[in-house]
Amino acid sequence: MDLVKYAEEVLMDNRANPNFKAGDTVTVHYKIKEGNKERVQMFQGVVLQVKGTSSTRTFTVRKISNGVGVERIFPLHSPKIEKIVVDKVGIVRRARIFYLRGISGKKARIKEKKGPISNKAKA
Amino acid sequence: MSGIIGKKLGMTSMFDADGKNIPCTVIEAGPCVVTQVRTMEKDKYSAVQLAFGEKKDKHTTGALKGHFAKANTTPKRKLVEFKGFEQELNLGDIVKVDLFAEGEFIDVVGISKGKGFQGVVKRHGFSGVGWATHGQHDRQRAPGSLGASSFPARVFKGMRMAGHMGVDRVKVKNLKVMKVIADKNLILIKGAVPGPNGSMLLLEK
Repeated sequence: MDLVKYAEEVLMDNRANPNFKAGDTVTVHYKIKEGNKERVQMFQGVVLQVKGTSSTRTFTVRKISNGVGVERIFPLHSPKIEKIVVDKVGIVRRARIFYLRGISGKKARIKEKKGPISNKAKA
Repeated sequence: MSGIIGKKLGMTSMFDADGKNIPCTVIEAGPCVVTQVRTMEKDKYSAVQLAFGEKKDKHTTGALKGHFAKANTTPKRKLVEFKGFEQELNLGDIVKVDLFAEGEFIDVVGISKGKGFQGVVKRHGFSGVGWATHGQHDRQRAPGSLGASSFPARVFKGMRMAGHMGVDRVKVKNLKVMKVIADKNLILIKGAVPGPNGSMLLLEK
């Protein structure tokens, strides 16, 4: 599989993404095409999981829209993502917080890590 | 038809110019050595024989050792003849993956994965009975009738039945070349190709 990994490294874009994990609240600036026009749509929510490696890495973001839970899976290295902004850093004990799907309201709160948020990519 | 021998490594995905996520197969293609040139005068047909994949000396027969020595190369695992190569090739020449360009459509030949003894639903795409009740008992995936009765009083040849599936030579046509990584002899092709990872493939254009 080493050469597949090598191919993935070659394919990967060099955009610097911030370092985030499950429990964090992020805003994804996603480019969408309407006819000939291109505009940026924002999707803000809690990261449920980050999975995969190198160029095929993806993350799942969940938000509550009009009382309905909406989840979206983004490829981390998609050229359609303009940028990712980390809004809050959450404190959770798991790498995948799917338990959030079953709860709502006050129970679905995530403890927040205080202090400055680094939107810089990890070197 | 120009071609090259390759090894299927596995699958991944990449983004195209529109930002679409495209599933790709990674193939290690070449470098292949020309080990023999068939000519009209000598062999009554023209072709070039390419060799690919390293093989240990002790696993090579004496006859093959001589054959590889003629082309001034080490023993190779796979030997394939290609007819109608576009460029002129001589004994000992090397064919590399840069034979193919990005955006080109090529054909890939492989040996499909073995499925063992399979029934007609999986092997020939029969739809099965469709009912679980109404007296079906245990015949949900049975083939049904094999033909008429006293005339012709036999089953026609080629009647699709259960049997061994897979391990066939399969050619998939018009697969798009997504990327060529020449320094590591890699080629990325849109979609899947026949066979398990690590199997030999023929790439033709």
